[in-house]
Amino acid sequence: MEYFSIIILALFVNNVVLAQFLGICPFLGVSQKTTTALGMGGAVIFVMTLANIVTYLIQNFILIPMDVEFLRTITFILVVASLVQIVEIILKKATPSLYQALGIYLPLITTNCAVLGITILAVQKDYNIVISAIYAASTAAGFTIAMVLMAGIREQLELTGYPKAMKGFPISLVTAGLLALAFMGFAGLVK
Amino acid sequence: MSLFKHFTNGLLKENPSFVLVLGTCPALAVTTSGINGLGMGAATTFVLICSNVIISLLKNYIPDKVRIPAFIVIIATFVTIVDLVMQAYVPDLYKALGVFIPLIVVNCIILGRAEAFAQKNSVPAALIDGIGMGIGFTLAITIMGSIREILGNGSIFDIKFLSDNAKTVLIFIMPPGAFITYGYLIAIFNRIKQKYNI
Repeated sequence: MEYFSIIILALFVNNVVLAQFLGICPFLGVSQKTTTALGMGGAVIFVMTLANIVTYLIQNFILIPMDVEFLRTITFILVVASLVQIVEIILKKATPSLYQALGIYLPLITTNCAVLGITILAVQKDYNIVISAIYAASTAAGFTIAMVLMAGIREQLELTGYPKAMKGFPISLVTAGLLALAFMGFAGLVK
Repeated sequence: MSLFKHFTNGLLKENPSFVLVLGTCPALAVTTSGINGLGMGAATTFVLICSNVIISLLKNYIPDKVRIPAFIVIIATFVTIVDLVMQAYVPDLYKALGVFIPLIVVNCIILGRAEAFAQKNSVPAALIDGIGMGIGFTLAITIMGSIREILGNGSIFDIKFLSDNAKTVLIFIMPPGAFITYGYLIAIFNRIKQKYNI
C-alpha cells in the first residue's frame, strides 16, 4: 500500500514538472513531437532510477560514516554527470539498439535539474533503497507523461493562430499552466 | 564593448529570464512571494559573480577537455557556501526555498555564463557580466513573485493590503499560476521589445 501511494503521488499528484517545477528546460525544449518526448522520457526513467540507487549508497556508506554531509551537492552533481557518461558508453557497447533510441537525449540529462533534485529529495525524505528506486522511477514516469501530453498539445497548437508576441515560450508556458491546472484535479487522490 | 554595456546587457537585451529563458525552474518554483524571489535572486547572483570571477581567473589553467566538470565543481563549491550560510542566518527563507538552493548548481544561467562569457573574457568584464546578469535575474523573479503575491495573497513583500476575509485569486500562488504569469510576462516583454526596437 505504501508503494502504491508513493507511485500515484509521484505520477500525478506531485507531478515533477507540473507541481514541483523540476526539469522545465527539457520539458519546454524537447516537447515538440510525441516521439522525441517519449525518447527523452525513456532516457530519464533509466538514468534517474540508477542515479537514485547510486546516490543512496554514497550518502549512507560514504558521506554519513565520514561525517562530510556538507559535500552532498558537490558529490551528487558529479555522480549524476559521470553516471550519464558511463551509461552512454555501456549502452553503446552492450545494446546498440537502445543506444540508437536514447543516444542523443542522454547528454542532455546532465543539465536536467529533475535528476539532481529527486536524488536530494529522496535523501531528505529518508527513503530506503527500494522505495528510493521506486520513487525515482515513478517520478520519471510522471515526467514522461507530462512531456507526452505537452507534445500532443503543441502539435495541435502549430495549426492555430495566436498573437506574435506569444510565439515560442509564452504560449508553451501558458499551455503548461493549463495542463498544471488539470493536474490539480488529482489532488487528494491519495493520502 | 565597454564595461557599462556588459552591465546593461544582462538587464535588458539578454535578460536571463525574459529573453534567454534560462533558469526557468527556480523562476517558476520559488516565486510565490516577492521576498522569496528576492532571496533566490540574491543567492543566485552571489554564486554567479563568484564563479564568473574564479573561472575567468583560471581560464588559462583549465584544460579544454575537462572544462565542464571543472566549472561544475567551482559552481558547486559556491553553492555549498550559500547553502550553509543561509541555513545558519535565514532559516525561514532557507526552508521556503527548499531543494532549489542546492539546485542552483544546475541553474543553466550560471554554467551558461561560464561557458559563453567568463572563460573568454578578462576578470573585470566577467565580474560586471556576473553582476548585470544576476541583477537582471533577481529583478525578473522579484517582479514575478510580487505579481503572484499581490494577486494570490493580497500582499506586497509580506505587507497585507487586503482585509483577511477578502477573496484573492488563489490560483496565482499555486503551480498553474506560475506558468501563466511567466508566460504572459515574457509575452509583454516581447511586445515592448517589438514596439521600441530594443
